[in-house]
Amino acid sequence: MKKSPKVFSSAKEAVKDIPDGATIMSGGFGLCGIPENSINAIANREIKNLTVISNNIGNSGRGLVTWLVKDMIVKAYCSYVGGNPDLEERIHDKRVTVELVPQGTFSERIRAAGLGIRAFYTPTGYGTLVAEGKEVKTFDKPCILEEALGADFAIIKAQKGDEYGNLWFKETARNFSPLMAMAAKTTIVEVEEFVGLGEIPPEDIHLPGLFVQRIYQGENYKNDIEFEKIQEGK
Amino acid sequence: MSWTKDEMAQYIANLFPDYSSVNLGIGLPSLVAEKVASEKNIMIHSENGVLGVSGRPTKETVSPTLINAGKETISIKDGASFFDSSLSFGMIRGGHIDFCVLGALEVDASGNLANWMIPGKKLTGMGGAMDLVNGAKKVIIMMGHFNKKGEEKLVKNTNLPLTGMGVVSDVITDLGHFQPKNGTFHIVKLAPDVKEEDCKLP
Repeated sequence: MKKSPKVFSSAKEAVKDIPDGATIMSGGFGLCGIPENSINAIANREIKNLTVISNNIGNSGRGLVTWLVKDMIVKAYCSYVGGNPDLEERIHDKRVTVELVPQGTFSERIRAAGLGIRAFYTPTGYGTLVAEGKEVKTFDKPCILEEALGADFAIIKAQKGDEYGNLWFKETARNFSPLMAMAAKTTIVEVEEFVGLGEIPPEDIHLPGLFVQRIYQGENYKNDIEFEKIQEGK
Repeated sequence: MSWTKDEMAQYIANLFPDYSSVNLGIGLPSLVAEKVASEKNIMIHSENGVLGVSGRPTKETVSPTLINAGKETISIKDGASFFDSSLSFGMIRGGHIDFCVLGALEVDASGNLANWMIPGKKLTGMGGAMDLVNGAKKVIIMMGHFNKKGEEKLVKNTNLPLTGMGVVSDVITDLGHFQPKNGTFHIVKLAPDVKEEDCKLP
């Protein structure tokens, strides 16, 4: 049987053509569901002047922080930088320009880019610093115009995927990943379990493979927990 | 006798009718989760993509991919569901979440909320707070009545960068339950032995 052109042999192969100055989206909430293998492979290439779109840009010294400490990132779009001192320091001394976006607007701008919506009106951020310079229009209440946010590449991780790129995510690891997959010109997926076509029931596919250009079997997952909370005495 | 943090959390939990949906902010509001009685069938939403949050997991059930918006490990109850961030915020922005409980730096008498930024101080980002205050049907603020310097947090007009304009419906502090209304704060209930003048309302 002919092998799908989407299937790559390794993280290194899958990310080798990402150029300096690229805009890259990276899935994950904090460290939950981050594309660990692609992040490491890109860190090893040491490309420069990247624009990164990711909710937290890594956390607690891990994840995308490996790019930050090598000063590969010049611009970041995110909603929350607390708990990421490496980013805070670089915002402060202006090595990284940051655009803070309310998290719901952030996810919707990404979704819009993937689905052909150029911009949308939302009440989120009206009357705040986020609204500065943006068009205001009143519907039932005042709203601001927010534009779609796309990227050259998306790197995401799924629990299961097949050679067509159909994906299934585990628990809350889904977060921004399917939206980013839709919003990037080239979406690079790593999976913990590479499964055969048809093994994920069609009704249970969280993201159809149409949105995926590259997929590979990942390895050595850490799946770090930021704050482990366990029932007392258990 | 002002309320303890636990008593504040219990008071807020008692405001939720059976079968309501609730989003709890990180920090102090997360205490409310432990006070919600299971027989009330309340669905707790966490904006990173889960509806039906339950208590903490055990060592056996803890999962790195099962967390809340504070990035703490959680468990879920029967009837829970997972979804992506866009659908999660669609639930909020679309007005499908009944209550959100958030902390605050200041609330003013017009219901304006400041809870994400102090100019000149370390920047953390607004996270989902701006979406929550403009989307949840009711926005409840849970906070200490005074800040660490002893200054009032319920003010006539806040000068801090806003999270949302005219969005707060109720404020629960250690001194009582207040509602911003017509340029002042209406007292709904005071904690035991607390007098109106103790609250220094604007």
